[in-house]
Amino acid sequence: MCGDPPNIIIGTSLGYSFTDFVTNTGVIAAVCLIAVLVYFYLIFHRELKADASKPVDYSSLPSPESTITDKKGFAMSCVIFASAIVLLVTHAQTGLTVSTIGCLVAAATLLTSWKYAILLLKKVDYKTLLFFIGLFVVIGGLEQAGILEIMAGFIGKISGNVMVMVAIIIWLSAVVSAFVDNIPFATTMIPIIKSLSAAYGVDLSMLSWTLAMGTDIGGSATPIDASANVVGVATASREGYVIKWGLYCKKMMPATVIVVLLSMLLIYFRYL
Amino acid sequence: MEKQLIISVGREYGSGGHEIAEKLANHYGIQLLDHNLLDEIAEKKNVKMDHLRTLDEKHKNPLSSRTVRGYSSSPEENMLYLQFDYLRDKADSGESFVIVGRCSETILKQYDCMVSIFILADRDKRTERIMRLYHLTESDAAKIREKDTSRRRYHNSFCVGKWG
Repeated sequence: MCGDPPNIIIGTSLGYSFTDFVTNTGVIAAVCLIAVLVYFYLIFHRELKADASKPVDYSSLPSPESTITDKKGFAMSCVIFASAIVLLVTHAQTGLTVSTIGCLVAAATLLTSWKYAILLLKKVDYKTLLFFIGLFVVIGGLEQAGILEIMAGFIGKISGNVMVMVAIIIWLSAVVSAFVDNIPFATTMIPIIKSLSAAYGVDLSMLSWTLAMGTDIGGSATPIDASANVVGVATASREGYVIKWGLYCKKMMPATVIVVLLSMLLIYFRYL
Repeated sequence: MEKQLIISVGREYGSGGHEIAEKLANHYGIQLLDHNLLDEIAEKKNVKMDHLRTLDEKHKNPLSSRTVRGYSSSPEENMLYLQFDYLRDKADSGESFVIVGRCSETILKQYDCMVSIFILADRDKRTERIMRLYHLTESDAAKIREKDTSRRRYHNSFCVGKWG
């Protein structure tokens, strides 16, 4: 649930817990991980073998300890981080919402690092917070205006049956998420899948896992859509391995298609 | 050459910037970095870079790139940062060199030993020179404006100061 913002939005909006995600999308992700490992081995084994002939001199690498300049601060941060993980995993039992946990962790950080509190507050990404506020207002407006219900009706009409509905949601989510930020898309789709579930009697949780898988995986297809992709490409480039769009998509689009297809088949197998 | 000297040569297309940079490098007995910059970086990083020459001195496409907390997905921008890192490392090591373009007058400005020059010429002279050098017709050589626009966009998209 905490792995990607769309999952947090889906879980929070529709009342699914950390355990619900682990036992549903987590299982699908675990199977897809094995498939993707096989794919990456098949396409990169030559490069990996070539690199294996150049042994790494581990003594030339910096030691992790050398980067920790404030041991007390590091220990405190580890405790706060571990607490955040425990609270997120047990949020269904404690009744704490994800946003409450986030605020508690932020408060703990500011209290324990009070000397740097002003600096930390200045570094908060207020633009992103305002973006999300605006986004939820816009989505709420679309919902009130009935636009999302019309879109849900359109999907329901062209689907014909549940299997096609699942296919449309997962592939549409994946394709759109490859080029557009998946957070606004997931936020827009939540009222749509609620409408579809209510109108056509389809299990809402199944549609939720379908939406989660589609929006999460789609971002892997292009170098721009997921933050991790941008950081990965930039880091590789600084070491001399400049990755262009063509190379990235050539390697990653097949992997994305494999995972989306496998996810769809697993959803069919498990829920239909 | 005992004292470090870094010469940054900016240039309009066809103005003879590379030729002047070459003469300066020969005069002072120091290395010239221009089209060979990628080769130098490739040798240092032990990677292949021939396929990336088309990205050299090209501005990024804002529609197909994204920046997250200082990390960019643009191959043109990453290529530039690679070159920036290489030039800064070279300057820090105390080496003297002549560098053509690559926003060098901006990224190396904190070095007191850096001298920045910009070569420009009248358009008709530049056209004449390009026709002679590359055996082009006058109409083909007159595409100087496009080249200068490309360099300007490249420079101004990555540097605070304006090109030229």
